[in-house]
Amino acid sequence: MRSRRLQAVAVKEVLQIWRDPISLMIALLMPFMQMILLGYGVSLDVKHLPICVFDREASQNSQALLKRFQASEYFSIVAGFDNYRDVTRALDRGLCRLVVVVPTDFTERLTDTGRSAVQALVDATDDNTANIAIGYAQAVVTGFSSTVLIEASALAGSTVAVLQPIAAQSRVWFNEDLESRNFIIPGVVALVMALVGAQLTSLTISREWERGTMELLVSTPVTPMELMLGKLLPYFAIGLLDAVFCLAFAVFWFDVPFRGTLMTLFFTTSLFLTVVLGIGYLISTGIRRQVGAAQIGLLVTLLPTTLLSGFAFPIDQMPPAVQAVTYIVFARYYVTILKAVFLKGSGILDLTAPILAMIIYAGIIAFLAARAFRKRLD
Amino acid sequence: MNAPTDVRVDVEALAKRFDDVAAVEDVSFAVAQGEIFGLVGPDGAGKTTVMRMLAGVMRPDSGHIVVDKIDVVADPERAKRHLSYMPQRFGLYEDLTVDENIRFYADLFEIPRGLRDERVGPLLAASNMGAFRRRLAGQLSGGMKQKLGLICALVHTPKILLLDEPTTGVDPVSRRDFWRILYSLREGGVTIVISTAYLDEAERCTRLALLHHGRLRYCDTPRRLKERMPGALLAIASAEARAVRDSVAGLEGVKGVLLVGDGVRVVVDDDARRAPELRRALEAAGISFASIARAEPTVEDLFVGLLREGPAS
Ligand SMILES: Nc1ncnc2c1ncn2[C@@H]1O[C@H](COP(=O)(O)OP(=O)(O)OP(=O)(O)O)[C@@H](O)[C@H]1O
Ligand SMILES: [Mg+2]
Repeated sequence: MRSRRLQAVAVKEVLQIWRDPISLMIALLMPFMQMILLGYGVSLDVKHLPICVFDREASQNSQALLKRFQASEYFSIVAGFDNYRDVTRALDRGLCRLVVVVPTDFTERLTDTGRSAVQALVDATDDNTANIAIGYAQAVVTGFSSTVLIEASALAGSTVAVLQPIAAQSRVWFNEDLESRNFIIPGVVALVMALVGAQLTSLTISREWERGTMELLVSTPVTPMELMLGKLLPYFAIGLLDAVFCLAFAVFWFDVPFRGTLMTLFFTTSLFLTVVLGIGYLISTGIRRQVGAAQIGLLVTLLPTTLLSGFAFPIDQMPPAVQAVTYIVFARYYVTILKAVFLKGSGILDLTAPILAMIIYAGIIAFLAARAFRKRLD
Repeated sequence: MNAPTDVRVDVEALAKRFDDVAAVEDVSFAVAQGEIFGLVGPDGAGKTTVMRMLAGVMRPDSGHIVVDKIDVVADPERAKRHLSYMPQRFGLYEDLTVDENIRFYADLFEIPRGLRDERVGPLLAASNMGAFRRRLAGQLSGGMKQKLGLICALVHTPKILLLDEPTTGVDPVSRRDFWRILYSLREGGVTIVISTAYLDEAERCTRLALLHHGRLRYCDTPRRLKERMPGALLAIASAEARAVRDSVAGLEGVKGVLLVGDGVRVVVDDDARRAPELRRALEAAGISFASIARAEPTVEDLFVGLLREGPAS
């Protein structure tokens, strides 16, 4: 392998990317568009969920509690009722997703026993939303009850440590404010890498065939290895650049926390890029038409990354058969890693299993890619 | 066929099939140092396939190729360092400039930068391309593209040059530049194998191989090939060339008729006897013509004469 020839191929490739508006757009604009589209478009958040209330006590306390619901950005009270029949009808007709029912003895039990309860009726047709709604409702009630207790103990002049009368039953880890954006954005990095990597590299060899430059190229002393590395190096650099861009966009624009280290991100992103570029290159050597190569490229990289990597759709909620399939989707490991690095601050040592899976994957792909191109016309 | 003494390209019993097409069958020839060896033949004769196998980019089904003492079939990569191949289809990057293309090929052959500039300067000057160094290759005229291809092929000073129809679709001025460079290369000892569709170019070759349906039918100097042409050639100058062709085609002793720019060329078995007969026939048919005269056959006429003679395939 000669560095002079490798460098010649790389420089040539960079010049061609630079002069091709479509390649440039994919390389530079695509990450931006993906970030905007997925950061704003796909939101699994519950915000201003329509709810109804049935205040059976109609006391100062119950009104204060319901005001809390109204004030919260998660809920909007759309109607109040005075009987259960209307409540059920409202849920059935989809007027609201959740009904808060304050019992007649709410204040009484609170002051007598220090404990009380409110009832929440939830439309659980959308499992996910229902769960999140319950979580938020609990948070509102918890907030309210601690205020009540603090006020009560202040009145009594007590300095005893405050015990919450209604303990929150669930706590959402790592994504405390339950921003689904935080959950999605790290995965977008994988999406961008897959898109850019597969789209651009799947064209690099087929372009030479289609434009008739291959015949001359294979008549020179350039080796398949020099050709592959020279061609993929620029795309590798573009991939890393896009990763940096995505990271900056996620942290500074979308306020997604980044708790891990850049080193871990760089290392795992390099592994993922190796796989994606290798697959794009393999496709490109196999298909001599650019359009066909680009389509297959998208099919084998972007599609599984979108649907089966757990980037937006949690893997543990998929049917078992589909879950089994995700183990061969290489993006799955990268998405797992990305989420852990962003939200948990995991380091390389915490992630040995998915990293090992990616190393094996990258090794196999690199092995195949290095042997894929033959310097022959027939 | 005279055997060359200092053999640089030696081809023996070369064969290549594509599915049901025998593109090249049992082709053998040898080219000496300093020759300009021409491959001629009609479309689909197998010229490109032979060139590709010589260049080491296509594997023959059987046969041997030795280029500059290197067995191309066994070790194509070694051979590639000593030869240059210019494919029939323009193979350079249209989105790179003239200079960038040259640099790319020089780098692939690991030519030191200083040496490269030393070589490229005179080549650009000889081909009148000096002013276009920063122009994208895609924006060059057909002739300039081919000259750029030749310059790229020459940056590593190959000993063997393989040119597949390098001047097809090229303007006359660029063709003249092109051939001037070829002659000077030949003087420098470079061995050239060229295929061409222009038969006036074929006549400039030292020797010619006539391919037809994948088989080598004749291989000799242009002059000797013409001598071997059966019968003689008559040129009829006329403005009504088609009418002339149609009326003489079936006559006795006429072996072939070819339309040319200013009339028709007729291959006959005996010119002294047939010329008056043709004259009478045309006059009887009322077709006007300026003259009927014996003509020196060109290579183009060889197609009409020689290929017709050979075994039908
Ligand atoms: N890659 C290929 N696959 C299938 N058939 C081929 C291939 N290349 C050439 N052929 C066939 O082999 C025969 C010889 O083709 P070749 O290109 O060598 O001819 P040629 O003399 O160069 O013709 P032209 O003057 O048109 O360039 C033709 O019948 C052609 O159709
Ligand atoms: Mg050809």
